[in-house]
Amino acid sequence: MISIPAAVDVAALKDTTLLNMGIFGLFVAVTMVIVLRASRNNKTAADYYAAGRSFTGSQNGTAIAGDYLSAASFLGITGAIAVNGYDGFMYSIGFLVAWLVALLLVAELLRNTGKFTMADVLSFRLKQRPVRIAAAISTLAVCFFYLLAQMAGAGSLISLLLGISDWGGQALVIIVVGALMIMYVLIGGMKGTTWVQIIKAMLLIAGAAVMTFWVLAIYGFNLSDLLGGAVETAKNPAVLNPGLQYGKTETSKLDFMSLGLALVLGTAALPHVLMRFYTVPTAKEARKSVVWSIGLIGLFYLFTLVLGYGAAALVGADTIKAAPGGVNSAAPLLAFYLGGPLLLGFISAVAFATILAVVAGLTITAAASFAHDIYASVIAKGKADADTEVKVARRTVVVIGIMAILGGIFANGQNVAFLVALAFAVAASANLPTIIYSLFWRRFTTQGAVWSMYGGLASAIILIALSPVVSGAKTSMLPGANFAVFPLSNPGIVSIPLAFFLGWLGTVLDKKREDTTKQAEMEVRSLTGVGAEKAVDH
Amino acid sequence: MGNDARTPDVAASADFKEVQATEQFRELRKRHRSFVFPMAIAFLLWYFAYVLLADYAADFMSTKVWGNINVGLIMGLLQFVTTFAITGWYVSYCNRRLDPIAAEIRHGIEGHEFDKAGNRVGGETP
Repeated sequence: MISIPAAVDVAALKDTTLLNMGIFGLFVAVTMVIVLRASRNNKTAADYYAAGRSFTGSQNGTAIAGDYLSAASFLGITGAIAVNGYDGFMYSIGFLVAWLVALLLVAELLRNTGKFTMADVLSFRLKQRPVRIAAAISTLAVCFFYLLAQMAGAGSLISLLLGISDWGGQALVIIVVGALMIMYVLIGGMKGTTWVQIIKAMLLIAGAAVMTFWVLAIYGFNLSDLLGGAVETAKNPAVLNPGLQYGKTETSKLDFMSLGLALVLGTAALPHVLMRFYTVPTAKEARKSVVWSIGLIGLFYLFTLVLGYGAAALVGADTIKAAPGGVNSAAPLLAFYLGGPLLLGFISAVAFATILAVVAGLTITAAASFAHDIYASVIAKGKADADTEVKVARRTVVVIGIMAILGGIFANGQNVAFLVALAFAVAASANLPTIIYSLFWRRFTTQGAVWSMYGGLASAIILIALSPVVSGAKTSMLPGANFAVFPLSNPGIVSIPLAFFLGWLGTVLDKKREDTTKQAEMEVRSLTGVGAEKAVDH
Repeated sequence: MGNDARTPDVAASADFKEVQATEQFRELRKRHRSFVFPMAIAFLLWYFAYVLLADYAADFMSTKVWGNINVGLIMGLLQFVTTFAITGWYVSYCNRRLDPIAAEIRHGIEGHEFDKAGNRVGGETP
């Protein structure tokens, strides 16, 4: 019943380009129709940013899973496991366990205290202006890094589908993809993108489930045999053991720790995930959505383990690395191996929709943060009307989209999961300490928040700029230059503790005390949910 | 719009301090923190123990247990199991120990003082 071709012929992909693109185009058209329909009643700011708070916990949980299961999870983790074996599995575990931080410490309290953006919560009992600006800047930075990864993933994917392997052609692909994504967000708003997320999450999980089942069937549903197959193809038993990628030197071991820290602490500080908690009417629904997403995400990561080792066994690491799109092409190549052009077209379309939807979610978060936190609250000093604010948000979408396209062109070829881990490191450094302190530490002050946010953000970004990611290695973004004085490729192990320390130091050195009545209000609101905005029908 | 609905209101503030000082609210806060803090520390320790083992005890993690399945893979899968278990535990704890008392406090505020602050009255009942 199951035919097993001898090897994946990447050149054969070109013969099926039309079919791939046909399936793909159909999918994009269908999602566009959904976005258009969903956006019909986008009237108020609450509609545009928070989808009118009209989603149920399970719908929102699926959408969160959709946001989270980005190209990084599907293309990146599968590729990382296929090429680096066990070390790639680490991403799955970090990305999943991180949800407990969000569930236990952040999600509900945040839902009860905020309105649209992360800055609403952070500036609740501190001084509005400085904290809001800092929170908006860090939101923009995190979204930028995350977008970079998605654009790089889109570039890999389309290059593989079209068989484009030269740099200029791939750059053009990224530009076209980016432009398409900007359109989605401009038209759809939060409601449109949430629906795309929900549909895409279900298709992605279903697609991954089918492929997992198929791979397991080839190995007689014996995980041990599948792993044996991966060892055989790789001719290296070390693919099953930790350390293939990170175990080489003491520096790389430290890098692994740094990655582990960033992964587990990043999720609860990702602005686009936090913003999703505001699309549900109550804290209880927020909790329900996290539970749903933990279930879906955990299940999906179990699939990626099979898919990664499946790609290692059936396609082979060398073929994957040589294909257009490199390490990110493991999952599509596995699909091609299993089900030919039809499955490849479907899987690629789903992966592309994934990127599209995640980019939309990120862009909308960044735009909301700029329009709501910087424009409406700081520049217009709260006097801007909702229409102008939405208008500013839409313009911001265009600017951010262009920046992400440019960044994506340079990040092209890097593993998407790795790039996303950088966004996690920035988020965990810039946002998490302030979120935790302001929710749980009564004495926390504005100075502590500002020091922690700027200190965490600056240290994370400067360390990335001075790391081998940007220069000094042949896989760097600027392979010609060398100013990599920081040896680790993930800055988390330095910047996250530093940001926590700065938050504490800034607070204890602050002579001013914050208003205790606001602290009381925040604490009572966060734990009881009093006055939290209900779903509104406009 | 700015921060309209969330701008702290002077009239409401006095009430929140009062609520914060009540025995009932202190109990809610205690119950919440006495669950989430130890749990957060526990799963973070378990996660970092796993990361450290994979990093610095690769030989131990590579020990084969059954066929090609080694200690590292089993510990990795156990991370999934504990994550699901803690999630389930937290939800049941909330339903039993936190939600009822939070609802009581909320109704207390919304029924009496909250209208003075110009915010929505009632509402919020799920």
